[in-house]
Amino acid sequence: MKDGSLAALVALGAFHGLNPAMGWLFAVARGLQERSRAPVLQSLPAIAAGHAASVGAVALLVTLTRSVVATRAVAIGGGVLLVAFGLWRLLSQRHFRWVGMRISLWQLAGWSFLMSSAHGAGLMLLPVLNAGAAPVAGHDHGLAAGTGSAVSAAVFVTAVHTLAMFAVAGAVAVLVYEIVGLAVLRRAWFNLDRVWAVALVGAGAVTLITA
Amino acid sequence: MALWKPDPTFYPSPRDALAAPPEKLAYVAAFDRAAAKPDAIAVLDVDPDSASYGGVVGWSELPNLGDELHHFGWNACSSALCPGSPHPHVERRYLIVPGLRSSRIHVLDTKDDPANPRLVKTIEAEDLARRAGYSRPHTVHCGPEGLYVTALGGADGREGPGGIALLDHTSFEVLGQWEVERGPQFFAYDAWWHIAHDVLVSSEWGTPSMIEDGVVGELLLGRKYGHKLHFWDLRKRKHVQEVDLGDEHQMALELRPAHDPTKQYGFAGVVVSVEDLSASVWLWHRDGDAWAATKVITIPAEPADAASLPPVIAPFGAVPPLVTDIDLSVDDRWLYVSCWGTGELKRYDVGDPFHPVEAGSVRIGGIVNRTPHPAAPDEPLAGGPQMVEVSRDGRRVYVTNSLYGAWDDQFYPDGVGAWMAKLDSTEDGFAFDTRFFPHGDDFRGLRPHQTRLQGGDASSDSYCYP
Repeated sequence: MKDGSLAALVALGAFHGLNPAMGWLFAVARGLQERSRAPVLQSLPAIAAGHAASVGAVALLVTLTRSVVATRAVAIGGGVLLVAFGLWRLLSQRHFRWVGMRISLWQLAGWSFLMSSAHGAGLMLLPVLNAGAAPVAGHDHGLAAGTGSAVSAAVFVTAVHTLAMFAVAGAVAVLVYEIVGLAVLRRAWFNLDRVWAVALVGAGAVTLITA
Repeated sequence: MALWKPDPTFYPSPRDALAAPPEKLAYVAAFDRAAAKPDAIAVLDVDPDSASYGGVVGWSELPNLGDELHHFGWNACSSALCPGSPHPHVERRYLIVPGLRSSRIHVLDTKDDPANPRLVKTIEAEDLARRAGYSRPHTVHCGPEGLYVTALGGADGREGPGGIALLDHTSFEVLGQWEVERGPQFFAYDAWWHIAHDVLVSSEWGTPSMIEDGVVGELLLGRKYGHKLHFWDLRKRKHVQEVDLGDEHQMALELRPAHDPTKQYGFAGVVVSVEDLSASVWLWHRDGDAWAATKVITIPAEPADAASLPPVIAPFGAVPPLVTDIDLSVDDRWLYVSCWGTGELKRYDVGDPFHPVEAGSVRIGGIVNRTPHPAAPDEPLAGGPQMVEVSRDGRRVYVTNSLYGAWDDQFYPDGVGAWMAKLDSTEDGFAFDTRFFPHGDDFRGLRPHQTRLQGGDASSDSYCYP
C-alpha cells in the first residue's frame, strides 16, 4: 500500500468519524440521558464495530472481485456506481429513518451498520481499494493465493479506516459531552450529507479516471 | 432545498429552546360554522414593536367549504436533531392543517411570505381513508418516522377504530396506518410521546357520530365517551398498556408530556366528571415498570341559576368548568388549564408534578359570567379560554375561544363569538396584555381555534437531549 493511499484511508476515516450522523451524537445522547460518561464510552466501540462491518463488506467485495475479474473492469463498474449513488444522495431529499433511543449495544452496532451502509461509507473507499490492493503481477500463485491476499487487503483497509473513524468520533464525543455541550450543534453542524455526496461523486470520478 | 446549517428554530434541548427569540407571527386556525365561506389560517402580528401589533395581518383561505380547521402542526421540529436519524438541515416551513370535518389535510408553505401561507398540497379524504383507514384527522406531530396525524374515525363510514396515520416527511403522502398492534384501543384523540424512551401516549374523545352533532347527553351520562390513556411502544408500534381513569371521567383529551427527555411523566386534561361536573387534570407516570395515572388537579363546578344556563346543562344548576385544553411550558414548570365553561384560565406551578400549586387565574367569557376583556370592559364575551399556547421562552400565553362548532352552539347557543387574547406571564403572576385583543370582525365571521407560533411553541417540538 502506497503512503498516499494510507493517508487517504485515514483522512476518510476521520471524515466519517466527524459526521454526527455516523454515531458520536448517539453516543453523547446516551450519556446525557443517563447523566454519565460511561454510556458515551461504551457506545463508541459498538458504533465503530457497525461501521467496520459496513465498510469491510464493501472492501471484501471489491478486493475479491478484483482477484478474479480484470482490475480495470472493477474500477469502471465501481466508479460508475459510485458517481450514480453520489448524485442520488446529492439530489434526493430522503433521509435514513430510525426509531428508538433505548437500544442495546448490539442494536447500536446494527444501527451503525445500517447508517453507514445507507450513506455508502464503504463505497467512498473505492479509489483507495483500487489503487492499493492490486495483486502483484508475476507473483500470482493461483486463485487461493489471490483470495488470501484479497482478504488480508480488505481487512487492512477496514482496520485502518475504522481506527481513524473511531479515534475522531471518540474525541468529538468526549469533547462535546464534557466541555462544549450540544448547543454547538446549532452553529457548527454543517450539512455534511451534501459534502459527503460530493465526496462520493469525486471518489467515483477518481476511480474512473485512474482506471 | 436542504440548508447548510441546521434550521435555526431547532434546539437540541428544552433548556436551549427557552432562549429562543420571541415570535413575530402567530398562525390561528379559523373556521366558518355555517360552511358558507372557506376556512382560513389567520396570521396575527404578535410583535409588540410593530404598528399592526394585535391585528390580523394575513389570511390564507382554503379552496373548499366546511373543512372545520381545528388543530395543526409543523412539518419539522427539534426532533430532527435526534441522534438515530438526524436530518437537521430540513426547514420548518410547512404547516400541516387537517380539516376535522372534511378529513382533508392541507399543506401550507410559510417560507416565501410568512404572513400569507400558500397552499401547496391537499391530501383528500379518500387518500387518508384508502391508505391509512382513517378519517377526521386531528393532532399533527413531527416525529422520527414521519408526521404522525391522529384521526378520530375509521374509513368508509366506519366509526372506528381511530388511530394514527403516518405521513411522509417530505412528500406528505399518506404512508399508512401507524399501529401494528392496537390491542384494546378504539377511541382516539390526542397523541404525543416520550421520544427518548420510545413511548407514545394516546387519549380518547369519541367516534364521529358521538361528537359531530354535539355532545350526546345520553352517551355522556351513560359514561360512553373516552376515559382511558393508552401507552405504546413507539419503535414497535404496539400497544403496551391502557390506564383507565374511571368511567365517570368523561373525555380525556389533551396530552402534555414533560419536555425534559429524561423524564417520564405528563399531564392529561379531563373535560368533565359525570358525578359532580368537576373537571380534572391527571399526571401519568411510571409505577415500577408499569404506567399509572394520578389525579393531581380537581376543579369544581360553579353553582348557577338554571335560567342562566343553556338547555344542555340547565337541569344540573351548575356550570361545569369544562377543561378542554391544557399546555405545559417548555421548562416543565407551569401548566395552563383552560376552563371553557366557567371562563377561567388557571396557572399551576408543576415544578413538583405530583403536587401542583395554583399560581394565578384570570377570568374571561364563560357561560354565566361573560367576563369582558380589560381592553374592552363594556363588551360581555361568549366562549371561554379554550386552545392555549405558550411561547418557547414561557413569557407569553395565547388563548382563543372556540371549542368545536357543534359544541360551541350547545354551550353558547346565543353565539360563541370570536376572540383571541394574550397574557404576559412571569414568576409572580400572569395578566392580560391590553394591547392585544383581536375579536369580532377581525376574524371575518370565522371562529378561531388552535394557535401555532412562528418558529415553534410549547406544544410543537420534542427534544432528544436534556
